[in-house]
Amino acid sequence: MSAELEQAARRAVEAATAAGATDAEAWSEGSRSREVRVHAGEVESLTEASGRGVGIRAWIGQRTGYAYGTDLSDSGLAALAEAAAGAARVADEDENSSAPDPSGEAIPEIEGLRDEAVAATETAEVIDLAKRIERAALDRDKRVSGVEEVVYVDEDGDAAIATSRGVSGSFGVSTAYSFLQAMATQDSEVQTGLGFGVGRSPGALNAEEIGAEAGDEASSMLGATKPESRSCPVVLSERVTASFAGFIGGALCADDVQRGRSPFADRLGDELASTAYVLADDGIDPDGLASAPFDGEGTPRERTPLIADGKLLAYLHDSYTARRGGARSTGNASRASYRSPPSVSTSNLVLAPGELSLEGLLERAGDGVCITEVAGLHSGVNPVTGRYSVGASGRAIRGGELAEPLREFTIAGDLLGTLAAVRAVGSESRWVPFGGSVRTAPMLVGEMAIGGA
Amino acid sequence: MSVVEESVAARVLERALSRGGDFAELFAEERRGFSLSIDESRVERPQSGSERGAGVRVIDGEVTRFAHVDGLAEDDLMAAADGLAAALGGGGAEPVALRAADPPKLQEIEVDPASVPAERKADVLRELDERARSAGPEIAQASASYSEGRRRVAVFNSEGLEATDDRTRVRLGAQVVARRDGTVETGFETLGAHRGFELLDGDPGRIAEQAARKALELLGADPAPAGEMTVVVGGGFGGVLFHEMTGHGLEADAVQKGASVYAGKMGEKVAEPLLTAYDDGSMPGEWGTGAIDDEGTPCRRTAVIEEGRLTSYLYDRLRARRDGTESTGNGRRESFRDLPIPRMTNTYIEPGDADPEEIISEVDRGFYAVSFGGGQVEPATGDFVFGVSEGYLIEGGRVTKPCRGATLIGNCLQALARIDAVGSDFEMKTGFCGKAGQTAPVGTGQGHVRIRGMTVGGTAV
Repeated sequence: MSAELEQAARRAVEAATAAGATDAEAWSEGSRSREVRVHAGEVESLTEASGRGVGIRAWIGQRTGYAYGTDLSDSGLAALAEAAAGAARVADEDENSSAPDPSGEAIPEIEGLRDEAVAATETAEVIDLAKRIERAALDRDKRVSGVEEVVYVDEDGDAAIATSRGVSGSFGVSTAYSFLQAMATQDSEVQTGLGFGVGRSPGALNAEEIGAEAGDEASSMLGATKPESRSCPVVLSERVTASFAGFIGGALCADDVQRGRSPFADRLGDELASTAYVLADDGIDPDGLASAPFDGEGTPRERTPLIADGKLLAYLHDSYTARRGGARSTGNASRASYRSPPSVSTSNLVLAPGELSLEGLLERAGDGVCITEVAGLHSGVNPVTGRYSVGASGRAIRGGELAEPLREFTIAGDLLGTLAAVRAVGSESRWVPFGGSVRTAPMLVGEMAIGGA
Repeated sequence: MSVVEESVAARVLERALSRGGDFAELFAEERRGFSLSIDESRVERPQSGSERGAGVRVIDGEVTRFAHVDGLAEDDLMAAADGLAAALGGGGAEPVALRAADPPKLQEIEVDPASVPAERKADVLRELDERARSAGPEIAQASASYSEGRRRVAVFNSEGLEATDDRTRVRLGAQVVARRDGTVETGFETLGAHRGFELLDGDPGRIAEQAARKALELLGADPAPAGEMTVVVGGGFGGVLFHEMTGHGLEADAVQKGASVYAGKMGEKVAEPLLTAYDDGSMPGEWGTGAIDDEGTPCRRTAVIEEGRLTSYLYDRLRARRDGTESTGNGRRESFRDLPIPRMTNTYIEPGDADPEEIISEVDRGFYAVSFGGGQVEPATGDFVFGVSEGYLIEGGRVTKPCRGATLIGNCLQALARIDAVGSDFEMKTGFCGKAGQTAPVGTGQGHVRIRGMTVGGTAV
């Protein structure tokens, strides 16, 4: 597949040059994917799909335009190339806009991005996996009354890049993930709980653990009440710290920093975080689902320490922000797919684990709240100002131990204040697919505003 | 002209059912789009896209099998149908001959946006930029975006249905950052419709001024209060409250799995008699409007709450069949890559008879949520949360200080029952709704609405 995609990318670059582009870059993708949805022990839907497409970034002098499409025939690419060049003519000139040159650095070899087992696993096997996940949730606690659905997805795909300046390459990746929402019922009360697992192939998913997580969370929330409004210590679960890291990482992308839309603008080198909070962007960890040999414009991916010793160490760059900021690209040009042009984004975020177990964190918190779930992030967090106010649920912490379940309250603060208030990060870390791809652990924050009754 | 020939569609359906199944469907689509933005007074990120593809679905009992492909070549469509049939491996079923539905009542598009030179679109953005920046020296940043899209869809199924739609949408957004000393605030405003470029006749630049005004207003804001109080929700995008609080819980997929607090409540009183609400995919020119849904069912108006009583869930074909009823025209999909699921179109609370000013003046102490950044609900528990993008304190019946950083949280059934006033004003707004990984354009609308007792989550504890 990748030879065909590389060729499509090269033909697209040639077509763009012929259409009047002074420089061009093409990104092509092809994939096969499968999705299974299971409910009440039965398959609800089964999807098999194949997809392919290409996106062309064209430069005319210092103007840039983008076009994407699914037609890889010669005439299709010619039309796409015209569209990309036509788009470039609409843009205003930008002195920092130009096609990236090959970085000259070696493209890293990353073993294990593709597990052949994805393509080799029969659909009947993954259906069975999804059914076992549901069963595990239902068997966990007799109050678990049902599972909305278990979703299992795997994908096997290739991507290739070519540019008029000689950047070229391709790679293949596979992913498999599953998640479910379990419901627990007691009298007329219903509570929900989420479980999930991610990996390179279905074999990486542990059905019992994924199901149990959802069942435990749903049943533990039964009888939840609304807490009093107050300020108190909080322990954030790894799902919540993943979202938090996602917002920090997003605000460290140089694009928004340079445009004055980040609370971290002009703060490079400042001591602004607790020394307990150590964060890096890592685009080459084989276990990270966002890992790749190179980024969306062909620059080698790498590991970039962001926050350590309390200091802000770096912003994340693509070639445009690097040129504009007089820095070097950190290999963070990302694409959601061939349908979008590259833009600066985190790859995998890695929060360094600390010393304390979850029990240790709770004990240190003493009396407070443990937040297991947050809601309303897209409207409740302002990435420009750094302020947030989001819905939350979790458990009370009393005498250093988990106590009664709590729901229907909010937590509020600002990202910088919270960064400084981190008291400890837990030792148990895992990959979480929320807030991007994040390897994270629970953490204790000294004080946070709880809005409840 | 349909995006797929009828004869090709007939062959695909026949092949899809050749080894069994109760129902087969071909959904074919051709989509084109263009977007452009302005940032730091520079027109940038021009982007054009064009995709063609199809999804083939076979329903066999309770199991849905689905395959989708990029491109509309007959060979690819047949291969997809073959794959589905092979998995069934039973005896064949015969599809009913296709017959084209009456031509749909398409939305009138006066000016196809694709025919407008891109330079005109750039000029609209320059106007927005200029208007935002001239709102005052405290405006630190302004950006705006323009997007247009056209989806031509064709649906064919084994019951003989053949239907098409042609949907054109145009949308503008403006975002402004204001700064005073160390304080930073943002304001956002949009304008969008299922219409052509004529949407931007008149004065589109006003949305940049509105976004700027919001950001400037917030510079003088106090931290939002925390605790339970009376909340007045503004018109227009305030309708997102009803969308989250009630609309999602009425989507039949959640209801049938018992994952909605509205399950088993049909015909019951869920609100005061002053409340009537609709989902209406046939509203002319609105953002969530279409001639048909993505299963070929004509879009229509469905009363979901009439005078406080729950009167209908929102159905696609599959869930309607399960409940022994008809689809309400709510089977929507983001693209040919997705299965249809029950989704809202344009959801709104019918205007009441209360004067919006009186709704506020009757409140001694409360919170006025003029607009939201968005919201989220868990239909199974009914717990919801909304981020307030523009909010004020109400003191002694008057709107006083602006507040920053407020969130509203609560539980659907409780909050719905506590609506005690619906204003006579009315406005529709555009939004994007996410569900099961699919994004859909939806309209939300209402006048001023008052809720007695809701939790406001702010930082002022």
